[in-house]
Amino acid sequence: MSDEANIIVGLEIGTSKICAVVGEQNGDGTLNLVGLGQSPARGMRKGEIVDVAQAEECVRNAIVEAEQMADVEIRSVYLGVTGAHIRGFNNRGVHPVVSADREISEDDVQDVVKNAKAINLPAENTVIHAVRQHFLVDGHDGIANPVGMFGARLEVDMHVVHGNTNRLQNSVRLVKGLQLEVEEIVFNGLASSLALLTSDQKELGALVIDIGGGTTDYVVYYDGVIKHTGVLAVGGDHVSNDLGHGLKVPLSRAEKLKVEHGSAVVDEAVKGQAVTILNDLGLPLRTVNLEHLQRIMALRLEEIFQIVSADLEQAGFTDYLGAGVFLCGGGARVPNIARLAEPVLQLPVSLGQTNSISGLKSALDQPEFVTAIGLAKFGSLKTRKRKKSAWWPHLPLPWK
Amino acid sequence: MNDKIEFPAAEVAANRSRTIKIIGVGGAGVSLLNTLDADEFAGASRVAINTDAASLAASTATVKIHLETKLLRGLGTGGDPERGKAIAEEQFSTLKNACADADVVLILAGLGGGAGSGISPVLAGAARETGALVLAFVTLPFLCEGNRRQQQAGQSLDQLKTIADGVICLPSQKAFKLIDENTSVLDTFRLTGGLLVEGVRGVWRLLTRPGLIQIHFDDLCALVRHRHSESSFAFVEAAGAGRSREIVEKLLAHPLLDEGRALAESDAVLVSLMGGTDLTMAEVNRVMEQFTRHCEHAQIIMGAAVDAAMKNRLSVTVIASRRGSVAAPAGHLTSAVDAAAPADARGHSSPVAINLNQREQLITRHASRSRKGPRKPVQEQLPLAIVSKGRFDKSEPTVHKGEDLDIPTFVRRGVALN
Repeated sequence: MSDEANIIVGLEIGTSKICAVVGEQNGDGTLNLVGLGQSPARGMRKGEIVDVAQAEECVRNAIVEAEQMADVEIRSVYLGVTGAHIRGFNNRGVHPVVSADREISEDDVQDVVKNAKAINLPAENTVIHAVRQHFLVDGHDGIANPVGMFGARLEVDMHVVHGNTNRLQNSVRLVKGLQLEVEEIVFNGLASSLALLTSDQKELGALVIDIGGGTTDYVVYYDGVIKHTGVLAVGGDHVSNDLGHGLKVPLSRAEKLKVEHGSAVVDEAVKGQAVTILNDLGLPLRTVNLEHLQRIMALRLEEIFQIVSADLEQAGFTDYLGAGVFLCGGGARVPNIARLAEPVLQLPVSLGQTNSISGLKSALDQPEFVTAIGLAKFGSLKTRKRKKSAWWPHLPLPWK
Repeated sequence: MNDKIEFPAAEVAANRSRTIKIIGVGGAGVSLLNTLDADEFAGASRVAINTDAASLAASTATVKIHLETKLLRGLGTGGDPERGKAIAEEQFSTLKNACADADVVLILAGLGGGAGSGISPVLAGAARETGALVLAFVTLPFLCEGNRRQQQAGQSLDQLKTIADGVICLPSQKAFKLIDENTSVLDTFRLTGGLLVEGVRGVWRLLTRPGLIQIHFDDLCALVRHRHSESSFAFVEAAGAGRSREIVEKLLAHPLLDEGRALAESDAVLVSLMGGTDLTMAEVNRVMEQFTRHCEHAQIIMGAAVDAAMKNRLSVTVIASRRGSVAAPAGHLTSAVDAAAPADARGHSSPVAINLNQREQLITRHASRSRKGPRKPVQEQLPLAIVSKGRFDKSEPTVHKGEDLDIPTFVRRGVALN
């Protein structure tokens, strides 16, 4: 049995499946994946809970499975959150340096960060993350650590992710109802990007798009720090729903058709082809035109990328994504999705690979598990920081 | 439906100044009429029609028509539109006289009560018989005013839509989004009234003020005539350097346009820009570019005017007519059936499927009614098949730039699957 103090669990309550990842923190700080539990989700819509009882049961199943596989008892989790209510924006805090010699001290840094966090949010919203981007001293940009520098005016840029308190609390309450502690809530998009991106890619500029069941979360990194986040409450469920509507088949059938015959680009080979749907008794029920199926999917997925692209263009990041675009989430499984996304985003698109984590090879390659793995990684970085902070308090880490 | 409809009266009228009559009907209509600035609307004759003598006495209108019979015993309509309708039909010739010689009749009314709901459709009919273009500006009651008034307002609105050329409708409930918690009742009503008056003013300016890019009377006619649909309208104003961008943002967030959804659904949009002498072509271009993007399927009519008093400010009035309501009066029955056919062919939510049987029924119904004399037959609206949102039916809609993303993409983009 593992030492429970080093166990870190990431729990993602997704729209289509619930996934718990158990990681073990090694002495050198690296994370080793030792357990994985999953359960198909019920009672979820667009990344949020609509039926607490159903969702709770599914979460319990996933947790139990993960506990059995890792042979540990899970006490606390890092919980992933998403939903259309989550927004990200950049904010700048200002602080005048008042000491006589104009040397920037530790206190000044803490003050300026405090100022940047004091943002004007609607009363019902809370901050999920406030990520330090970089400092400015007397207007000079791009300073990572200003302590010891001289200047009259210290500023800091922060990326703030916030969401509706009540809607965030729904999933927290559910997890607490299962006698589990929630260490921290983490935005799913941020977790995915932690699992996928190397520090080189973060430096060059990268976009991570996580196409989940109910939402599409995306995060932009540039200069090594998070620059932009967004949630679009459209995902794989919408694709299935479109298919159900367009092909006039029930949702469960549409879901199956999507998995078996789906493609993000209309395949030349399927033109004029049809598949026969069988009923429960194995008798042919009706036929479905494959070209229609793929066209409906292509239109919906293309629209998702168009909306993301338009948002990035508005924020002015399209030219800063040197490392390209990385896809994850169940939506990344759709065949040819990179071929569809490339012309829309006008950037190289590839499927994301989890890195800097070892163990359970089979889980690491699945795009669906990226978020949960990222949650565990977030936890490991947090605990590592906590341990190290005793002797080196200002370690510049990617999220602060 | 053919937009270039023969309209001899308008062609003649284009050469001379047009006679515009603004008619307030019922208590709300009359008080709205009072709020219209007499100087600004100098060229128009203002007529107040009501069953209630007290409201007429307080009115500043030039012509006041008191509809009174023994039937009402001096008590007004008592909130019953049937009574309002009966008395209006009884005095049809009076109403017709009131509308005589007008090229455009603007009807102001608050629907839901007796007089406004009952008289307006009849008045619209009377005005149309004189050959005028009829535009109705109506408010719908607040939800809190009760079921009955909502129902009455709904019925009356349906009637108006089939009779008047255009109905610009302001559901008061939507104005709730414009007010805050502490707004008094008085201010709220003033606000909803004010919004409607803005609409009247927008149309008034279109018709009377010379513009840089003028909207001709014919354009307005072509836009609304025989369309018989409900229109949404919005008026926004912005000042400063980024005003053209701000205006578009405000419009897309406007509650009366359903946060921009009304624009996406519309098939005819009239945009009137008004700015100071510093209005630049680039600004006009920027605003219009956005409109063309958001109303892809719409026929857009634009106009721009300069008013020296508007220094540094830019205001835009938008009137968007929705597609789908193709119910026409009896005289245009065949065209209504024709209009239904192409919609079917596009496989696009196939709104109305009229088989031969129903068609015959409609025609016989039409024939039997027209024997009754002056009363205009009212064609009932056929139900529209609404695109179902499937599993997202009950969840919070995902709206992006005025589009409901829960509706399948291929439906919104009109991609035909044969």
